[in-house]
Order: sequence, then structure tokens, then C-alpha cells
Amino acid sequence: MKQASQRKYRVIVAKPGLDGHDRGAKIVAAALRDAGFEVIYTGLHQTCEMVVNAALQEDADAVCVSILSGAHMTLFPEILELMKQKKMNDVLLCGGGIIPPDDAEELYKLGVGRLFGPGTDTRDIIKYLQDEIPRRRPR
Amino acid sequence: MSSSLPSRSRFPGIVVPSDKVAYGIQDRPASDPSRDLGEPGEYPFTRGPYKTMYRGKVWTMRMFSGFGTAADTNKRFLYLLEHGQTGLSTAFDMPTLMGYDSDHARSRGEVGREGVAVCTLENMETLFRGIPLKEVSTSMTINSTAMIMLAFYIATAEKQGVAAEHLRGTIQNDILKEYIAQKEWIFPPLPSMRIITDMMSFCADHVPKWNSISVSGYHIREAGSTSLQELAFTLMDGFTYVEFGVKAGIPVDKFAPRLSFFFNSHMNFFEEIAKFRAARRIWARRLKDRYGAQNPESWRLRFHTQTAGCSLTAQQPENNIVRTAVEALAGVLGGTQSLHTNSMDEALALPTEEAVKVALRTQQILAHESGLTDRVDPLAGAHFIESLTDRMETECEKIFAEIERRGGMVAAIEQGYPQLEIAKASYQFQKDVEERRYINVGVNDFVEKDEKPVPTLKIDPRVERDQLEEVRRYKQGRDGTSVRLALEAIGKAAHDGTNLMPPLLDGVKKGVTLGEVVETLKVQFGEWREPPIYW
Repeated sequence: MKQASQRKYRVIVAKPGLDGHDRGAKIVAAALRDAGFEVIYTGLHQTCEMVVNAALQEDADAVCVSILSGAHMTLFPEILELMKQKKMNDVLLCGGGIIPPDDAEELYKLGVGRLFGPGTDTRDIIKYLQDEIPRRRPR
Repeated sequence: MSSSLPSRSRFPGIVVPSDKVAYGIQDRPASDPSRDLGEPGEYPFTRGPYKTMYRGKVWTMRMFSGFGTAADTNKRFLYLLEHGQTGLSTAFDMPTLMGYDSDHARSRGEVGREGVAVCTLENMETLFRGIPLKEVSTSMTINSTAMIMLAFYIATAEKQGVAAEHLRGTIQNDILKEYIAQKEWIFPPLPSMRIITDMMSFCADHVPKWNSISVSGYHIREAGSTSLQELAFTLMDGFTYVEFGVKAGIPVDKFAPRLSFFFNSHMNFFEEIAKFRAARRIWARRLKDRYGAQNPESWRLRFHTQTAGCSLTAQQPENNIVRTAVEALAGVLGGTQSLHTNSMDEALALPTEEAVKVALRTQQILAHESGLTDRVDPLAGAHFIESLTDRMETECEKIFAEIERRGGMVAAIEQGYPQLEIAKASYQFQKDVEERRYINVGVNDFVEKDEKPVPTLKIDPRVERDQLEEVRRYKQGRDGTSVRLALEAIGKAAHDGTNLMPPLLDGVKKGVTLGEVVETLKVQFGEWREPPIYW
């Protein structure tokens, strides 16, 4: 585990677009909180700009995006592009929702991290973030 | 809990104590069958809303569908009708649900994805092309913008030569559960309730065969509630509509018969059946005793059932056919009036045509091969079922009391109470799965490595392009002055408190779009922001 002097990993859990399905996002936010992460949940119906701005202002280590509306092939690339523009190269973008494997593969090629589907154990998400964040942002 | 019992999969949120292995007459000391059960089709309707139930008429097989453009969904509708479906049910896309035209910036990437895009009268006409609206009954799952869809539908029927009084169907129009669970809201609760009372009043006068609200527990359950929370919050929502209707001066017996319900059917078989039976009894008793309804139609709770989408797994998706069959069976034994069975691939994507067909066939097998339709409420009198039904009722009363203590459902929503209770229940369920107190086949037990991917439905990007082009062309073809005047009339009605339906109906015929109406109403009503939910 991290030293007490280090700040906790800080993650944004975000719901971009018009999608109202927030069960998964809230579960992930609660599980990360219980695992010792500092979690900022954006609330619903955010624009991509709002999500990226929140991540920038909070100096987040990771942006975890939940999409169950089928808009993932539009919203993930848009968030990624905004993150690039803001030079957030060391910030992880990952997420979950109803995302078919082919689409997840394509998003991975663009630079999106892992996308977790229904039935995921939250401990797998926690482990992934604990491995991936320090890899991108060595302390 | 007795330690001598064999360990078993625990269903989270179950309302019965888990220490009892078998139920007997001693578990229902206060029961009085003539008071609590009655005859099928009679007060308090525990045994079913109708005397002969499925022997008279099998439930309506109503598969919820919608994707792509109106033309795409129209094709799916015609396919379903051709394969023996007996009612239509429309899923709209996110922009339509949230009140944005397809060409709005916030609609980008969402058009036609999770349902069909309908933002103009022309879209609605295309959706029902070749479908005689005098004959089919149509369900529309839409809430914040329900009023606009109803106006589109009535105007479409008029063009087919069908008067509003002949239209049969249901519009979900249950805004309270949007704040509680589904989260597709636009305006704050009170203006939303005003829109709904306008619709109830208009429908009572002009569209008498239309169910003006489908009070929905489905989404509450999908958001992670227990069966009991689903039942209690949903019925409380129903009572709230009754109270607002009465306050608006509509006699209860004039609109209550047009309220219908929509429940989830999840995996805990007996608990689900008890939930449906308790729902009818609680509704009948309150409507009669508290709201003074005299018309038995006001007491009679009718409902649609959908099997639980959230019970389906992305892992080993074929197993979902079995889950859906079990859940559908509970719905039928609970006395549902119509049923949607989910498709096996819905944890992965929108369903393919093949998957939808298997789901529809599941209902047909239950209806025609199992003997289920021969007898009414066959489980009546079973100690466990009756005990569970009683327990559902007494537990519901406790939740009603808590909501009333908070000042009613609207106040409870503003305080975030039902939202928080559901979030806690859903987190608890997740932990129960992860810590294997609940066995979810294929997910936390009986897991297979290297599953083969199943084919899923793809939405062609041309859908968004086609729809955008159509909407832009439609907007260019209108008379700008009459559109502006129509929108002013809608804004004025919103401001003055007169019924919104007449100017809206007039407006859609002049070409006003969904997004334009919503923007106009936002000026008067403002927008809702959810209170943060922490626990």
C-alpha cells in the first residue's frame, strides 16, 4: 500500500451524454471509495468538456467513464481528444457499461484503457487502477 | 437465524425471515380469505383483476422495441406483428427522452442508439406507417417528453382518419420514478406534476381508452432496489398521482381507471408472485378507503410485466433464456395483463431479431403448452404465497409511513430518500455477489473461461446522418411564422396554468418539434438538478 504521506489516488467517475443509467457508476464509486480512493462522482448528463474539466481541476489520476446508452464510440474518442488537447497524457481514461467487445478493441487502439462490462467484480477494477495509475504517473 | 439449516444462496433484500423451511396455517393467524383474497375479478383483487383471466384472454405479448430511424423501427414493428405479437411497445432514443432534437449538439452519438429517434410529427407518421392505429394498442415508454409524444401520436392518428377517442394504449408518463431511478428528467418535480395532471385531464375528456400513466416499478428495480422497495415506491408514486389529480379538480373515478402499472419480474420466484398479488390488494384498499373511489375500475390494478434486464448476464448469455422464462412464469402466476420477455443478448447490446424471436417464443410456449392459462391464480391459499403476500403489504405500509413522514413522495425525492435507499440496496447486492452470498451462475460460480462471443446488433452510423438530414429538411419546409406563434401559445399556457395539451396538439400540426417545445417550457419551468447521493 501507499505511504500515509502520499495522497490517495484520485479518480473521477463520470456519466457523460444523456444516459441515465447510474447504478453501475454509483457502485463503482462506492467500491473505490471503500478501497481508499478519493472519488469524485460527476453526476448525470455531463458534457465531455465538463468531465475533462473536472478531471483537470481535481488533478485526477484517472477518469472512469460509464456509458450504457450506446454512445460510447462518440463520447470516448471525444473525451480522449480533449484530454490530449489539455496535455493530460499521464491520466488514465477507462470505463464500463454495455460496450460490445469489437468496440472496446477499437477504443483500446485509440488509447482508452480497459472497459468493464456487466458482471465485473469491483475488486478487478480496483486492482486494475492500482496497477495502471502508478504505471502512468510514477510517484 | 437457525444454524442447523443447510446453507443456500441468499437472495438479497428478501422480505421473509430465512429461518423458516416450510410454511403452514400457523404462519397466518390473522388471515381471513373472504376479506384478504375475495374472488378473482372482485375486491380486493388479490386473485386477479378479472374473473376469468387468461381463460378469457391470454396476456398481451408486448415486446419493447425501437432503434435507428423511425423507418427502421417501423420495419421491426411490422415483423413482430407478423410473428404473432399483439401489441406494440416503443423505445425512444436518449435525445427523444431528454427533449433534444436529433440535430442538437447534445444528441451527437446518441441518435437512434438506444431506441428510435422521434422529434417531429413526420417521424411519428413514419414510425406507424402501414399500422392501423384504430386496431393496435400502442405503448410508449417516455416520460419527461410524454406530452409531446402523445400529441404526435394523436396527430398521426388523425391523419389516418382515426379519432382520438378510439386510440388504445399506454404512455409511461411516470415522472416520479425518473427522479427516483431512471433519471431521464428535464423539469423540476412540481412543474412536471402539473404537466401530468394536464395530460390526465385531457385524456379523461378526449382519449378515454388511453392509459395516461403507467406507474412504473421496473426502473426502480433495475436501479437496484429490492422487490419490496419496488412495490412500495411504485404504489406511493401511484397514490401521489391520485392526490395531484384530485387536487387539480379531476374526480378520482374519472382518471384512476386509466392508471396502469408496470412491474419488474426478477429471479426470486415466489417473492415476485407475492409482490404482484399484494400490489393489487394494497391499491384497491387505498383507493377505496383513503381516496374514496366508488368505481371498481378505480380499485382494479392492472399491470404490464417485463422480466429483469439486470438479472441477465453477459457471461454465457444462452442461460438468460432460462432466467427470462422463470421470470415470465412468475409474472403470469402473478396475473400480469401484458408481458415483455427480454432477449438473451441484452447484457451485451440491443437484441438481434433472432434473440427477440426466442424471447417471444418463450411467452408463446408458456401460453399455449403449459396449461398455465386454464386456471386463475392457481397458487391462492398456499401458505407460503399468502404469507409472503401479507408480509409485502405490512412492510409496504411501513415505507409509506416513512415517505408520509417526509412530506410525501415529491418531498422525499427532493430529499433524495428513495434514491439513497436504492443505491444502498444495489451496493449491498453487488457485495453479496462478490462475496458469494448470492450465486450468480456463470458470474461468480460455474464460470467458463474463454467464452465464444455471440453476434450482436450493430447500429449503422448512417442512422444518425439520415435522421439529421430528415429533421433539417423538415424544419426548412415549415412556415416560420405559424411555428413561432404556436410556440408562443404553448409558452403562454405554461405560464398561465391553462391545459397545455390543446396548444401543443395545435403546435405539432404546424410543425413545432420536440426540442422547440422543451426549450419553450424550460423558460417557464426551469430544469431539475439531482441532490447529491452519499452514504
